Amino acid sequence: MLAGREAVVARTIPDTRSEAPAHAPWAAVIKFAGRKPLGAMGGLIVLALVLTALLAPLISPHDPRQIIREANNRVPVYVAPGPAYLMGTDHVGRDIASRIIYGARISLYVGLGSVLIGVTGWFLVGMVSAYAGPRVDLVAQRVVDAMMAVPGLIIVLAIMAVLGSSLNNVIIAIVIGMLAPVVRTVRSQVLSVKEMEYVVAARAIGARSARVVVRHIMPNCLAIYLILATYYLGFAIILEASLSFLGVGVPPDVPSWGGMLTAAAQGHITKAPWAGIFPGLAIFIVVLGFNLLGDALRDVLEPRLRGARLGARLAR
Amino acid sequence: MGKYALRRMVLFVPTLLVATILVFALFWIVPGDPALTILAGGEGDSGSVSSEQLQQLRQKLGLDRPLYVQYASWLGNVLRGDLGTSLWYKTPVWSHLRDRFLVTMELAVMAILLAVCAAVPLGIVSAVKQDTGLDYLSRIFSSIGIALPTFWFGILIVYALATFFEWLPPLGYATLWDDPVLNLQQLFLPALTLAFNDLAFTARVTRSSMLEVMREDYLRTARAKGLVELAVVGRHALKNALLPVLTVSGYQFARLLGGVIIVESIFAVPGMGTLLIDSIIHRDFIVLQAIVVLIAAVVLTLNLLIDLSYGVLDPRVRYQ
Repeated sequence: MLAGREAVVARTIPDTRSEAPAHAPWAAVIKFAGRKPLGAMGGLIVLALVLTALLAPLISPHDPRQIIREANNRVPVYVAPGPAYLMGTDHVGRDIASRIIYGARISLYVGLGSVLIGVTGWFLVGMVSAYAGPRVDLVAQRVVDAMMAVPGLIIVLAIMAVLGSSLNNVIIAIVIGMLAPVVRTVRSQVLSVKEMEYVVAARAIGARSARVVVRHIMPNCLAIYLILATYYLGFAIILEASLSFLGVGVPPDVPSWGGMLTAAAQGHITKAPWAGIFPGLAIFIVVLGFNLLGDALRDVLEPRLRGARLGARLAR
Repeated sequence: MGKYALRRMVLFVPTLLVATILVFALFWIVPGDPALTILAGGEGDSGSVSSEQLQQLRQKLGLDRPLYVQYASWLGNVLRGDLGTSLWYKTPVWSHLRDRFLVTMELAVMAILLAVCAAVPLGIVSAVKQDTGLDYLSRIFSSIGIALPTFWFGILIVYALATFFEWLPPLGYATLWDDPVLNLQQLFLPALTLAFNDLAFTARVTRSSMLEVMREDYLRTARAKGLVELAVVGRHALKNALLPVLTVSGYQFARLLGGVIIVESIFAVPGMGTLLIDSIIHRDFIVLQAIVVLIAAVVLTLNLLIDLSYGVLDPRVRYQ
């Protein structure tokens, strides 16, 4: 078991460094897929999401925001799925399939936006907290403790109440909601990397703190960054959906998967089950994809973390 | 034990204080003026409010004082059990919150009990039968549970029951004391929805904690002296494996309180969650503040109790 893990590490490290030949990325992908079929499935789901978002105008059959007018000026409210409307129409007569396709853009935008800002920013804060000495750490950790005591969704809701509903405010709120779990995870990782022999060695030959952090600690936390970013993409997508579902996320005409479920929850589900099933299925598949990919990345890149609860606080 | 307990309690107070400061700071850097919100009656339309009216109300509410004075007096009131007056309902917050708080807590406790009762056996089976079909099945089950959005699962449950059993969740609400049967009927489905999400995670923790314990020397000793497997797993392994599950349940409770908001709005349960959404829509920051502080206090107290009981249950912790 242990030998196997070491072999994995030994194989992954040279891949990311200099000597990789031209075809190596594909070889690495194929190897990854062979060893982690579930992770590869997650990767495919993520790829499908990205493609859907990019190609939305080309592949969506209708305008996602426009209420459809049929030939006799009739509005197709709650038409069941069929050849005309693949996933049926919603409570005001919009095409659900098109809204789901465009919804991929919203999910990806919120996910990428909040992960790029949040995970990156709080990653640096976590590092500083672990490295800046006991006083800064003590204060930072009390703030983290205090925020951990409030469910992520409630923090994000409270911030949305203050900011008001808009797409970018959703990102700001989710970024703040990520603070506690990301800082905590990164801090504990940096604390353990800090005690590694190569860091001690670097300090022993007189390297300054800044050099140790930039040259030795940061590269060794890169894998964790990648893993966290993957998990938190799923986290951000589910939070955005929750906010929009509760009516405080993106404005109602924006095609958000969560927002599409609001009508279904108000008793419409028995009238038009498709309107409640497809958007939820989209959220479920995409979040499952990010989680599976995250699990596989964790096992391959950082086997030490197996069993660690990186995705633990994915609060709803 | 004394020292350990003391250290934990010393951390509890500043953490709770920081939480109150954060909550207070958040709601008083709100763009817009609570006084204006009250006078304009919720949203927008600030044109009809005169500046004298505004000044008077600001004075009455104490908004003209420096921020730290406002914080101190707010905290003082909270400590005396006065959570303020709702901006929207114009009545004391506690009168709204009291009943709803109990409803939410009942729901959360029911959910966590359901989750633990299902998750622990699932995790044990998964660990004892590691890498068999049963293990994979239970792991797939928990992966699904983690990715399944609470609100979607809730909607699906309602749909399934309505379609296949022609059963709709009863409307109206009865307390546990007035009508225990109706109360449990009403809260069972929301609790089940919440529990499913939680169950997946708790099962994972149970599994990995069991796997770790199963490798310990004392288990080999137990087997070597001829104990049957049931006694090995049930008596020797489980006792130690459940400790991490206990810790995690504390944080799970916090997570669950987040999910409660969504579930309450699906099943129309008159708990804190529906009040929270109401207060966001009406921009009633006093109620919002009270709810967040209350939840933080509950979660921190629960975690303190769990940490303390951990010290009793696992003597190793005390000497670290």
